[in-house]
Amino acid sequence: MTRAQKIEEKFFKLLMIIATYFILAILAIIIYSIFEKGLKSISWEMLTQVPHGGYYYGKGGGILNAILGSLSLAFGATVLAFIIGMPVALYLNVFLIRHKRVVSVIRFLLDLVWGIPSIVYGAFGFSLMIFFGLQTSLLAGILTVTLFILPIMIRSMDEILCTVPIGLQEAAYSLGSNKSEIAFKIFTRQSFSGIITAVLLSFGRGIGDAAAVLFTAGYTDHLPNGLLEPVATLPLSIFFQLSSPVPEVQNRAYASALVLTLIILIVSLFSRGLGKRYHKTKINF
Amino acid sequence: MDQDTKIEIRDLNVFAGKTQILKNVNIEIPKNKITVILGPSGCGKTTLLKCLNRLTDLYPELKVSGRIMIDDNNILEAKEDIYKLRQQMGLLSQRPYPLPMTIYNNIAYALKLRGIRNRRETHKLVMHYLQQANLWDEIRTRLREPASRLSIGQQQRLCLARGLAVNPEIILADEPTSALDPISSQFIEETFGRLRNDYTIVLVTHVLRQAKRIADNVVFMYLGEVIEQGSVEEVFGNPKMEKTKLYLGGTFN
Ligand SMILES: Nc1ncnc2c1ncn2[C@@H]1O[C@H](COP(=O)(O)OP(=O)(O)OP(=O)(O)O)[C@@H](O)[C@H]1O
Ligand SMILES: [Mg+2]
Repeated sequence: MTRAQKIEEKFFKLLMIIATYFILAILAIIIYSIFEKGLKSISWEMLTQVPHGGYYYGKGGGILNAILGSLSLAFGATVLAFIIGMPVALYLNVFLIRHKRVVSVIRFLLDLVWGIPSIVYGAFGFSLMIFFGLQTSLLAGILTVTLFILPIMIRSMDEILCTVPIGLQEAAYSLGSNKSEIAFKIFTRQSFSGIITAVLLSFGRGIGDAAAVLFTAGYTDHLPNGLLEPVATLPLSIFFQLSSPVPEVQNRAYASALVLTLIILIVSLFSRGLGKRYHKTKINF
Repeated sequence: MDQDTKIEIRDLNVFAGKTQILKNVNIEIPKNKITVILGPSGCGKTTLLKCLNRLTDLYPELKVSGRIMIDDNNILEAKEDIYKLRQQMGLLSQRPYPLPMTIYNNIAYALKLRGIRNRRETHKLVMHYLQQANLWDEIRTRLREPASRLSIGQQQRLCLARGLAVNPEIILADEPTSALDPISSQFIEETFGRLRNDYTIVLVTHVLRQAKRIADNVVFMYLGEVIEQGSVEEVFGNPKMEKTKLYLGGTFN
């Protein structure tokens, strides 16, 4: 190595280290401020009660309406997006193996819709609701969030599925497997932990988004009761609490953010564990 | 078709775009014998094997024409039961690809595809095929472990057992020992030796000594063409073509 190369290497190594610590620091600050402010106002009451005195001015009660609302909305949307997305991702990789061009066009389109901001999905969902004469409701929220996370779900599964080695596919085909068997027995097993990650990613995006649910799921002080009733969600409850003029209510926004963060954390740890259990049958090539 | 011929390849041409990978290939593969395919790297041996069980279908860029007769059935035209057709052939590839499941289920999966679902029969046959592939004694206590934990040599024998489990008449083996240590290679070779009377084996290898040891027939290919074919004595003992002589003499490989 010449002197110049050595200096170059040192320089980029330093840059990498600085960038890494920079990101870690920002993450630490965010988490610290959420915990610091959130822990102050979080209480048993907050986790177990619905708001008293309106979500905008209310200092009393809790955010159970938003916790349950967000969970049921994100859960419903993730399940729906999985039911639609998994077959699509498998179809792209197994059934369309002879149509590479079609597949790449579909991938490109999915990447495009992935990039559309969620407020656009919200507006789209809203216009559909008007068209069908629906109110803001859990159902409308679920459908909108499903649309919003579907490209994320499909493309992140697709990225995993397309790493299944062709040699493994050949081995499975040579035994006489048909395409459904290849898809559901070989691809899904080989990619299990990646599929879990894709589901988790979609769930995280779904539960954390405010814009898609603003016009579609609405907001309420009540616990979710039925698909056709409006539901509260954590991102919106953070939004409303933060925009309140009352400082105590503002602080409650951090408690809500803390709850949202913890939910995402728990779900990811759980999925990691689940992924690991099945990871051992994966063949590493 | 001749009584003793299992596979007859006629005017097989394979194109990838404008490049021709196989050129007018004509080969006769005798029944229940070992036919070894020799030739330098890139001459089309793997492609030839993939034509035989229609794995070429997975590659849209490959255009295959000609005839491949297996028991009087042109498999290049068989549209409907391509999956059944592949079960006539067990495949052993250059490196082992165990399925992402347990050792036991690797075999059971193949049995299920063959229509065997009865648990007791599955049990018996899993043991039988693992024994045939010379693997049973080593792993009898580890059947429920993921296949990925086996060593490469064991994985290759598992793949052989799995290939046999679909009850094929033909075994296609593409340099099955090239990734293996000498002992595992010997295991595989011995197994082929035991199977030779019951299966039609098509073996691609780069190891001339291996070819000499176990081949009945030899096909020598060069740049997509068949240069010479015949019994092992003919081709090794008295090669007619200049290129074959050079290859067997080790001048190029
Ligand atoms: N899908 C494909 N598209 C384009 N070219 C291909 C394709 N598959 C194979 N080829 C080409 O065809 C030729 C023969 O390849 P093949 O793998 O059959 O050779 P081989 O005899 O098995 O070589 P080796 O001994 O190294 O395994 C090579 O030049 C290869 O690049
Ligand atoms: Mg090859």
